[in-house]
Amino acid sequence: MKYLDEYRDHRIAWALAAEIRQRTTRPWVLMEICGGQTHTIMRYGIDELLPRGIELVHGPGCPVCVTPLETVDKAIALALRPDVILVSYGDMLRVPGSRSDLFRAKAQGADVRIAYSPIEAVKIAGSNPDRKVVFLAIGFETTAPANAMAAWHARHKGLSNFSMLVSHVLVPPAIRALMVSQTNRVQGFIAPGHVCTVMGCTEYESLVRDFRVPIVVGGFEPVDILEAVLMLVRQLEAGEAKLENQYVRSVSYQGNLPAQQLMAEVFEIADQKWRGIGPIPQSGLRLREEYAAFDANRVFDLGEITVDEPAECISAQVLQGLKKPTDCPAFGMRCTPENPLGAPMVSSEGACAAYYHYRRHSAAS
Amino acid sequence: MSTKSPVEVKFELSCPTPLPAKDTILLGHGSGGKLSAELIRDVFLPAFRNPVLARLDDQAIVNVNGQRLAITTDSFVVKPRFFPGGDIGSLAVHGTINDLAMGGATPLFLSAAFIIEEGFAMDELRLVVNSLRQAAADAGVDVVTGDTKVVEKGKGDGLFINTTGIGLVPEGVNLSADRACPGDKVLLSGSIGDHGIAILAQREGLEFETLIQSDSAALHTLVAAMLGVTSNGTPDIRCMRDPTRGGVSSTLNEIAERSQVGIELEESSLPIHEEVRGACELLGLDPLYVANEGKLIAIVATEAASAVLQAMRRHPLGAEAQIIGTVKKENPGLVTMRTPLGTTRIVDMLAGDQLPRIC
Repeated sequence: MKYLDEYRDHRIAWALAAEIRQRTTRPWVLMEICGGQTHTIMRYGIDELLPRGIELVHGPGCPVCVTPLETVDKAIALALRPDVILVSYGDMLRVPGSRSDLFRAKAQGADVRIAYSPIEAVKIAGSNPDRKVVFLAIGFETTAPANAMAAWHARHKGLSNFSMLVSHVLVPPAIRALMVSQTNRVQGFIAPGHVCTVMGCTEYESLVRDFRVPIVVGGFEPVDILEAVLMLVRQLEAGEAKLENQYVRSVSYQGNLPAQQLMAEVFEIADQKWRGIGPIPQSGLRLREEYAAFDANRVFDLGEITVDEPAECISAQVLQGLKKPTDCPAFGMRCTPENPLGAPMVSSEGACAAYYHYRRHSAAS
Repeated sequence: MSTKSPVEVKFELSCPTPLPAKDTILLGHGSGGKLSAELIRDVFLPAFRNPVLARLDDQAIVNVNGQRLAITTDSFVVKPRFFPGGDIGSLAVHGTINDLAMGGATPLFLSAAFIIEEGFAMDELRLVVNSLRQAAADAGVDVVTGDTKVVEKGKGDGLFINTTGIGLVPEGVNLSADRACPGDKVLLSGSIGDHGIAILAQREGLEFETLIQSDSAALHTLVAAMLGVTSNGTPDIRCMRDPTRGGVSSTLNEIAERSQVGIELEESSLPIHEEVRGACELLGLDPLYVANEGKLIAIVATEAASAVLQAMRRHPLGAEAQIIGTVKKENPGLVTMRTPLGTTRIVDMLAGDQLPRIC
């Protein structure tokens, strides 16, 4: 299949791995930001092809994993209202809230529907005028344009029964937060190619400059990841810190300007809590005042939902790259995809789930 | 969009409370994955405990007056009821015949029970019944008994069908999921994922068109051709399974678990149609977990593998058959896969249904 097979070609992958081995003279800690990249690394065993000195740690870029518990609880509370149809991306349904998840809410009679695109939720609202349709609008900059488009459509259609429960997070503030953290170990980043397809590369220039850290915008196939690692190793070994773009087939320097424009029209930047990490200033998006009528937080009286979270799960350290999922005493024992203790064990992009699904055998041996 | 100057963020430990013990049935309990297995283990097996059931094969094989009788039952709730390559009527025949065939049985008779929602269109019912009749006739099996129930409007989802099948297992045939041995080969009768993707593409809200047809088919004649290869009555074919719900991965995990062996697949040898690969890439699904309704997996002794493979390829339903892996003594209970990069990964059983990824 074109655009896939050549990026999974073992000869190209092995040649890249050989060059990485040849160029690596010192140990380096690299972080791939996006959960999709973590998934590829685990699925294809990319880390097995790398020299021992190169440590890949897994970043906070799984949208499902970092969605705050309060948002999940609010979604469940909304879904359980008989007048509400809750529409969500599929992999949010199994994410545990503090007492339940959306699958269980569905089993209790909640009308929960899976959508592949937020526009479907707008259509559902159009064809169910007597119900209130709430779309659980989560994700990074990748899903933000489509979610913005849903709100824009609803507003232009004059729909009064559509709203969105928004929990949007932004990548650059998270990288900034990681870099200023006292415990940071990361020396180079593979930036998320899909986020940069939307946002372009400009935001990453200041990170490279402020922290003298190399950043390579990378794709999601094995050859992409290996090439991005090689580009980082070249920079690190030469003592350089530059912004480079490995994912040129998708990412332009300016990004997708119409998408950015739409996002800016619908959303504004706000402080945001990240599950497993905590609050990061100016790291999220919320609906602008003009879109208040589509903000589920304002449309519904949800009250203050507070949550207590015990601390066996080490997702905070995992999402910062301080620990590997297999360092967790609960991994694969008390915490499994059937009974997840933390969100990274739920989504297929979560680091813990990726280790569990693809690599338990090597962890055991 | 710009960001503020660096601010020291205090990283907080946080993690959700584990959910309470499962107290309600979730959709995942019907997915064929781990939740289904738990339900069977925790509720059904203890209630009906007996040695025949404990084998957990796709069919029960019981001895009646010296004859080995195979019996199986299956319920069909597929939505949409009509899809490219089949419908709920033909599927209700194929599914049950295949469960008999996986035990090596020659299917003989079927029952058909219909649970119909009040208000269901008579024309649609006739179409389904006609399709069921035709599929049974094509397979050479009679529907000899049945049942009808009508439930109130809103208390059913249009139409559910249950079929039960009985058949006879020929002398010398002994297929079971606990018989895989290290060294055996894993054979797959053709491309995977066709049925699941054909259904998914028809579902509401999925705005892509495909030419993918469900592979729904009765496999008993393919099975007969394969069993015909077996030389001198030696049980060269250890086990057969049709990878329906949960896909190839769930089926192989069950065999690995039951036989306490490892199974290693070769990713590059998996037959997957381009359209199915494309749809799976787009939706973030893994074809190994997508349902099939006209494919079988056979665990075959290594010395017979080539002859069985040739017999499969001579049959129209096995034309794309491949050897996809080997049974190992390492990693008992686990299915692993050699990737094209020469690395190895686990092919796990999913907890519930595979969920489309957000991005």
